[in-house]
Amino acid sequence: MLANKLCALGQIGLRFLVHLGRAGLFLSQILLRKPRFLKNTPLCIQQLYFIGVLSLIIIILSALFIGMVVGLQGYHTLNKFGASQQLGQLVALSVVRELGPVVTALLFAGRAGSAITAEIGLMKSTEQLSIMEMMGVDPIERVISPRFWAGFISLPLLTIIFDAVAIWGGYLVGVKWLGVDGGTFWSTMQTSVDFYNDVVNGILKSVVFGFVVIWIAVFQGYATIPTAEGIGRATTRTVVHASLAVLGLDFVLTAIMMGGW
Amino acid sequence: MNKRIIELWVGLFMLVATTALLALALKISGLTGSVFGMHSYQITANFDTIGGLKLRAPITLAGVRVGQVTDIKLDTTQFKAVVTLQINDKNKLPADTSASILTEGLLGANYISLQPGFAENILKDGDSLHETHSALILENLIGQLLFSLKNSGEKK
Repeated sequence: MLANKLCALGQIGLRFLVHLGRAGLFLSQILLRKPRFLKNTPLCIQQLYFIGVLSLIIIILSALFIGMVVGLQGYHTLNKFGASQQLGQLVALSVVRELGPVVTALLFAGRAGSAITAEIGLMKSTEQLSIMEMMGVDPIERVISPRFWAGFISLPLLTIIFDAVAIWGGYLVGVKWLGVDGGTFWSTMQTSVDFYNDVVNGILKSVVFGFVVIWIAVFQGYATIPTAEGIGRATTRTVVHASLAVLGLDFVLTAIMMGGW
Repeated sequence: MNKRIIELWVGLFMLVATTALLALALKISGLTGSVFGMHSYQITANFDTIGGLKLRAPITLAGVRVGQVTDIKLDTTQFKAVVTLQINDKNKLPADTSASILTEGLLGANYISLQPGFAENILKDGDSLHETHSALILENLIGQLLFSLKNSGEKK
């Protein structure tokens, strides 16, 4: 009885390791290949459209609302201390350091990651990937690689747009609606936000998140059990794993960056 | 969808992101100065104590911002704080300018205020200010006040 349970536990551990190894091998297959820019750039651009441009609306709208909420909450909290002048600093730092990279990555995992997994999973279960191989077309180069690079490029760009829009949202609420002085709003922001320590570190975070989220998405798609149920599970797993990975990594990265190396 | 339209959208996406990055750099983190050819010169000033002065604190003259603090070091022979001030090039200051560390409001951040002197020659890159006034430390001030109150009480 106990031995059985121990066996089951060991099996779970082994399965996890096998999965991790497969994902690593798959990643090396994507990364370690001769880049053929002329042939692959058009494919990549098409994926940039589907992954990046079509995510813009959701990113911009959520950025606007999040910026406005941070402005509103921040104003009321700061006002208790008579420090509502510092609103610009609060909005900019919280958006640039944390909210921008993390929320964009979470939305990206839900909007683009799940779509990529479902697409690749369906391709696999309808045997389009094996057909490509039979025709002598490498499915990794033709299907996986463009999606991977497009996602990797899109997320930092989306994060930058998110940051700018969210701060504008905070400005709208703080200055236009609640009456914080506009000049103070921007000048406290400029004295407290450092370009390299805050903005660039935030973008670096989003580069790491982009890498991890898109890796999970393409791998889950590629490793789908080729049934209708399998696709559903793979899609769920993409969103869950990617979100957890983003939140966990966010803590680690913040600790490293704040620790000043 | 037409391939050309897709390419157009992707290009627009890249352009918007680049513009947003520029906005983040210039408007939000205030990254100006040497990067875009706005020239400035650096002078140093020694203070006995700088209180809570931080890097990139503003430097003002008559309340107008003329530069920022770029470096704070400790002079290990005299045990004084050496503060490097970056002043925008268009602001020419007389050589006997003095600097004092003040506080915005009662509990606000520290900044450096300059008082121009009357000298003919102007400060150049690498010069140092001779006359400085240190930051007021609130605790010391209260201590002095208590001390003098006690003394005046004893005299009666």
